[in-house]
Amino acid sequence: MSAARDKTPILNVQHLTMQFGGLVAINDLSFTAGRTDITALIGPNGAGKTTVFNCITGFYKPTEGMIALTHDDGHRFLLERLDDHVIARSARVARTFQNIRLFGGMTVLENLMVAQHNTLMHASRFTFAGLLGLSGFKKAEKEAVERATHWLDKIQLVERADDPAADLPYGAQRRLEIARAMCMNPLLLCLDEPAAGLNPKESDQLNQLLLDIRDEEQIAILLIEHDMSVVMGISDHIAVLDYGRKISYGTPEFVRSDPHVIAAYLGVEDEEVA
Amino acid sequence: MEYFLQQLINGLTLGSIYGLIAIGYTMVYGIIGMINFAHGDIFMVGAFIALISFIALLSAGLTFVPLALLIVLIISMSFTAMWGWTVERIAYRPLRASFRLAPLITAIGMSITLQNFVQTAQGARVKPLQPIISGGFEIMEHDGFIVNLSYMQILIILITVGLMIAFSLIISRTPLGRAQRACEQDRTMAELSGINVDRTISLTFVMGAALAAVAGVMYLLYYGVIDFYIGFIAGIKAFTAAVLGGIGSLPGAMLGGMIIGLIEVFWSAYFSIDYKDVAAFSMLVLVLIFMPSGLLGRPEVEKV
Amino acid sequence: MAVPGTELSTRLPGALKDAAIAAFIALALFVFLIGIRTVDAAGVFPLRARPWLLAVFVGAIFTGRLALNLFWWNGSETSGTLAKALAPVTGLAERSARWLAPALIAFAAFLPFMPFADRYVLDVSIMVLTYIMLGWGLNVVVGLAGLLDLGYVAFYAVGAYSYALIATHFGLSFWVSLPLAGLLAALWGIILGFPVLRLRGDYLAIVTLAFGEMIRIILINWYSLTNGPDGISRIPRPSFFGLQLTRNGEPSFHEYFGLTYSPLQRITYLFYIILALALLTNFVTKRLRNLPIGRAWEALREDEIACRSLGINTRNTKLTAFAIGAMFGGFAGSFFATRQGFISPESFTFIESAIILAIVVLGGMGSQIGVVVAAVVMIGGFELFRELEQFRMLMFGAAMVAIMIWRPRGLITAREPSVYLKEKKPVSADLVQEGHG
Repeated sequence: MSAARDKTPILNVQHLTMQFGGLVAINDLSFTAGRTDITALIGPNGAGKTTVFNCITGFYKPTEGMIALTHDDGHRFLLERLDDHVIARSARVARTFQNIRLFGGMTVLENLMVAQHNTLMHASRFTFAGLLGLSGFKKAEKEAVERATHWLDKIQLVERADDPAADLPYGAQRRLEIARAMCMNPLLLCLDEPAAGLNPKESDQLNQLLLDIRDEEQIAILLIEHDMSVVMGISDHIAVLDYGRKISYGTPEFVRSDPHVIAAYLGVEDEEVA
Repeated sequence: MEYFLQQLINGLTLGSIYGLIAIGYTMVYGIIGMINFAHGDIFMVGAFIALISFIALLSAGLTFVPLALLIVLIISMSFTAMWGWTVERIAYRPLRASFRLAPLITAIGMSITLQNFVQTAQGARVKPLQPIISGGFEIMEHDGFIVNLSYMQILIILITVGLMIAFSLIISRTPLGRAQRACEQDRTMAELSGINVDRTISLTFVMGAALAAVAGVMYLLYYGVIDFYIGFIAGIKAFTAAVLGGIGSLPGAMLGGMIIGLIEVFWSAYFSIDYKDVAAFSMLVLVLIFMPSGLLGRPEVEKV
Repeated sequence: MAVPGTELSTRLPGALKDAAIAAFIALALFVFLIGIRTVDAAGVFPLRARPWLLAVFVGAIFTGRLALNLFWWNGSETSGTLAKALAPVTGLAERSARWLAPALIAFAAFLPFMPFADRYVLDVSIMVLTYIMLGWGLNVVVGLAGLLDLGYVAFYAVGAYSYALIATHFGLSFWVSLPLAGLLAALWGIILGFPVLRLRGDYLAIVTLAFGEMIRIILINWYSLTNGPDGISRIPRPSFFGLQLTRNGEPSFHEYFGLTYSPLQRITYLFYIILALALLTNFVTKRLRNLPIGRAWEALREDEIACRSLGINTRNTKLTAFAIGAMFGGFAGSFFATRQGFISPESFTFIESAIILAIVVLGGMGSQIGVVVAAVVMIGGFELFRELEQFRMLMFGAAMVAIMIWRPRGLITAREPSVYLKEKKPVSADLVQEGHG
């Protein structure tokens, strides 16, 4: 199966540097992410992983460097020049957050509907047709609900569709955030510590969900994670960051035995890495 | 040049008054993150208490001005502080853990209440006070235009600078100041470390109200007339000053007050007196758009 | 009333002490402001002592506090008792929302034909409806999008002045001028909104407040356009399909229908206009709430950063909220101008913004029916105290404080989901964010 997958990179990060005042959070970082691969970014706390995400998704403007995202049709987006919402809408990059950012006071279903905002906005002819209740919009809305239900089914939350998102248990909120990102129909999905706070059983479910997403949707996943069972279990490639620099890059087997990586983790998490 | 100098003096005087009120806004905002809308009216209450005690002292035969002024300052500061404490106790403390808009609405309600309380208790007309401190220095004369620095202006600027120094020391040196800064950073953690948060917040309101009372006394002496409505406009401008200087920063509040005072005076002097408030507010909008955390405020980093 | 172990007699000393402290504080607060009155007439001793009035106030505080201590606060529970006592009432209002709305509309539709509906009742109703409409308009901005706007009166003023100027200068009829005024207000919403929407939280609040004041100052001083503080008078009244509702109008409504002239006809007509405008506002805002744009507003209130990560252009989304809120404010302003026939900057002070915001927050942010209840309570209640000219603003302010402390989340707190799969379950207010900007 994996042999059939497209290996030309979807994301190409070159010489990315991000400074906050005097602090260099990312230092001349280059890596690529395969079109239908799961690429993991790992590294000790404060290594700059989330900053990389924030640069890719446009929340930060990098000090230097290039972040190119190429669609299947060859259209290339230079993400460092685009606004965050344009990156999400046009370049089709979706993300989740380290500290979950759901719309807590809205229901689970509403969360997934907001993710389809641009499609629905277009269908409602920028509100005018929707205001008049035209049938084209009704149809689009029905499709959006179907799409949401499909993803709710995937994350086993159909039963809770009409409950407020903030009422869900922690693990379910993590899954919902992934489903919400998937409802945008992305080509690149950036997950910031999706397994944080999950119990081992939930971690396994998450592994399966991510593999399913990769294989069924044929999209690229970029993953920040501390849980090595997740990282080693599902990643195709791993980039290891320390103090904003890339210290290792390769397959899980390669990274696992790379002395740089072991040194960076200072033996504290040796058992987990090695 | 002479005209400019005169306006500079006037602007700094007005700015001192705004700055003193602004400190109250900035301290309260720093510690509990709310706009204390009633603060301008606390200033107005301070001015009324000062007016009444001044007249009472004068009619009781106390004509030695420095002593009268001192007594009035003490009375006004302590009784206005009581008002500040009461407003916090009634309208804000019950909503401490509540959502952000609720205390804002009670603050607006308190502002309406205070204004109308003073209006009903003391009447709606402007209240004059005979000039208490007159005279001054002629620091310059040119082509018949005299630049005046009145004793009143000297007094206002001196008191402001003195209080400014005193309060900076309180914030930076005393246990109370430390408690305030701790509450500003993290109220829950401060509470866990044994700081009496309620008491600290109350004292913040008391201090803010006392400073507003001083501003009230100076406003009364400088302009000679007050009414129940002076708190609203002065309050907005002082808040503008606090935001301009960077909310949460004491020197910022003072600086912001000076800038607002100067803009107002210079705009009136050189352009149009009618639009002086528009000029001050435009300044606020411009600063917030280009320097969202004010002149001396700490920049707020957006955490993703 | 008394909880076991807390007999009146055992609680009495503590209660007395507490009441004495309260009385002492009251004495300190009131000794200058009530105890001494500045006399307006210029004289040698322009002060008058009022010891008895002071004693009455302090005594009232003492008695009130003592009574509260003994009979209301049963030792432990200090707050929430009132909320609990009234919970069934507000709970009923929440549950009955389904039939309450149609019932209210029906009641409003027949109001002018009720036997008690004299001119005064209609005038008050028109005022309440105007505030309901303004509340619904502001609700889009504050309740849905979570943008704290303290200068909403600016758009009310722009609408009123636009209508007055268009109608007096170009002689256009009410029904042509009304949408124009609404559009102008929306345009101003965008112009004012554009620079400030990057601001967050209280900064946005203070800047909108500043804009509100700036517009008022400009209205006062731009004499050639607005006639300054004197205001604009002789603003044309709305016509009924070309028929005038005045005594000497040509062609006149009463002659056409063979009625005798009565000023009540015009008032009734105005009543129906504002009712229709308010219902239009309600219809549009409710509809918008269930459209993608409305969901984006609410999502913005919940978490702006998440919105951006989902490809929502937050700036445009905020601007539409501002513009739509402003448009309804502008409609209400036009109506105000045509009803009064005269407008001046006096009518557009900050207090108006505060009242409208209070209606939205008291009603329960985002709740349509809550706005109705709050407007009726606040504006209607305000009218009830008409006799107490001096005290009613004082009561109004105190009521604002009291209601907010009683129900910080407003009267109707539950949020209704905009879309559902199987069952529409209200979302508890504790989960709903109030917005950051």
